[in-house]
Amino acid sequence: MYSLLESLRSAFQAIRAHALRSFLTTLGIIIAVMSVIAVVSLIQGFSHSITSIFSNMGVNGLLITSNETQDEYLAGKVVRISPGDMQAIQHQIAGISKITPVLYLAGNGSGAVQYGDQVAYSGIYGTTSSHAENSPFYPVMGRYLTPSDDIGHRRVAVIGHTLLADLNLPKHPVGQFIEMFGQWFKIVGVLKELGNIAGQDQDDRIYIPYGTAHSLLGASNDVDIQIDLEVNNLKDIDSVAGQITQLLRRRHHLKPDEANDFEVQTSAQITATINKIFNMITLVLGSVVGISLLVGGIGIMNIMLVSVTERTREIGICKSLGARRSDILLQFLIEAVTLSLIGGVIGLLLGYGIGMLVAHLVPQFLGAHVPWWAIALAFCFSGGVGVLFGIAPAAKAASLNPIDALRYE
Amino acid sequence: MSPKPILELHHISKQYVMGEAILDALKEVNLSIRANEYVAFIGPSGSGKSTLMNIVGCLDKPSSGEYILNGTPVAQLDDNALAHIRNREIGFIFQNFNLLGRANALHNVMQPLIYRGVSFSERKQMATAALQSVGLGDRLQHLPNQLSGGQRQRVAIARALVGKPTILLADEPTGNLDSSTSRDVMAMFDALHRQGHTIIVVTHDQNIANHCQRVIRLMDGQIQSDTVSAAAAKTQDAASRV
Repeated sequence: MYSLLESLRSAFQAIRAHALRSFLTTLGIIIAVMSVIAVVSLIQGFSHSITSIFSNMGVNGLLITSNETQDEYLAGKVVRISPGDMQAIQHQIAGISKITPVLYLAGNGSGAVQYGDQVAYSGIYGTTSSHAENSPFYPVMGRYLTPSDDIGHRRVAVIGHTLLADLNLPKHPVGQFIEMFGQWFKIVGVLKELGNIAGQDQDDRIYIPYGTAHSLLGASNDVDIQIDLEVNNLKDIDSVAGQITQLLRRRHHLKPDEANDFEVQTSAQITATINKIFNMITLVLGSVVGISLLVGGIGIMNIMLVSVTERTREIGICKSLGARRSDILLQFLIEAVTLSLIGGVIGLLLGYGIGMLVAHLVPQFLGAHVPWWAIALAFCFSGGVGVLFGIAPAAKAASLNPIDALRYE
Repeated sequence: MSPKPILELHHISKQYVMGEAILDALKEVNLSIRANEYVAFIGPSGSGKSTLMNIVGCLDKPSSGEYILNGTPVAQLDDNALAHIRNREIGFIFQNFNLLGRANALHNVMQPLIYRGVSFSERKQMATAALQSVGLGDRLQHLPNQLSGGQRQRVAIARALVGKPTILLADEPTGNLDSSTSRDVMAMFDALHRQGHTIIVVTHDQNIANHCQRVIRLMDGQIQSDTVSAAAAKTQDAASRV
């Protein structure tokens, strides 16, 4: 124990004695840990912000979407969730509420909207008033869609923030008319800004009543909708998801050996899927950057070998005073570990700083987030690198013959 | 004075391989030293006196022969046991002082006690006392390069003494010192001998050897003469009569 403390003291003494050299040596570790932490913090922050949006969906939410397999897609088979499917779910499944269809009239940036002479291309969706209850939407001006908008097939629209600028709308656009699909729609509300998620502008969207959207499509009944709903009792969520799956399989005439052509996902599953993807990205990028830790470790080994040679006489003196192999081994090992841990700590702070800075400069990332495991990992890795690359020089020092070491010039 | 020797060398030989040639540094040396003896190994360079000291100090191993220290045959000991002996039984004093350059006087003297597992406060206390005993009580925080040669050698002596070793081994302790400092250092050895320490001094200088009671002259790896001074002989007689 005393010799451990003493080794630590002597390590700091040796590191201080060659301050510049120690700094340059540990720079490899600093840069490595810094990049790992910066990359991990940004990706995790990014993922954190996305999952937090989905978590607004509520833990007892279910999302039903069509999902064609690769084979079906290649065979040209179009799969969809139809309004009939929704009605069936509504009437045949018990214990659910807030059933909200979302009809994709025009995907991102593909629906033409006109205000005066100004034309913009935006995403246009048909949905009902309950959509706002399942999602983090609320209007900053005017109102959201109401049930009577839906029943009356009113030509009203709630628009995202981006459209204010894109369409050159007045500051208070509520009551203005925009043209979509050859029809005039009255703007009744403007949504709160959401920002970018995964490079997609969440504010470049227009919502119109579901009934209106449906009537716009006329007789064609081959629309594909997405259904959000809420399960009244959280404990029923799996059984409800199972019942819906069975119902849709029957309605889609799927044979027992055929795969589902739709997906019923709980919000927990969606969050888990997103997390899984981001953890994978974190792992891949993290390990690519982590390789630089090995390079840093080699730098430490190199300088420790030099240090052992330089201090051969010192080792000889210690041995003449009664130092055992283990004392010398410990001294040099602790020096290497200390060196790389110092690098780890500095790198951690710098990496965190860079993450914060980037998050600040690019607000779409919505904040850097450093998970505790990344900190622990950075520590373990830099400590491990110190042990791994310190052991060879330390063993070399420990095995020196006392008289040869003393005579070393 | 104990009649039982604290160290015995039987037929100690040491060979060095220098490329093709084999150099005999020591040939069949037999020697025994008792407690509280004050011994000089004297001889010209290459006579084997330093090799002999390194073997006695367990820094080097003989090629053949038996070395018994305090009744223990050293050849049977492993690395850790040898380190233990260097730590407990031997106090080294070198010609070039061999202080740790980055550590101050106090920490240099504390160093051997680390390997015994002595606590910091106790180490500090013991080292301070040792430095005071060699007259450096006011130089505890000085680094070796802030001390004169004589002061450095006194730090080394304090370091050798702090562990209360069985034998003090001094290899040309005055080799790097001027004559007046040399006299001081030798006076210190004389005093230590009077306090009951066993001291072996390796030197090529007859004046230094004259301080010792027993002078072992080496030549070409063999003991040429082993003389006990008259004064010492008298003390020994007195001791044996008691």
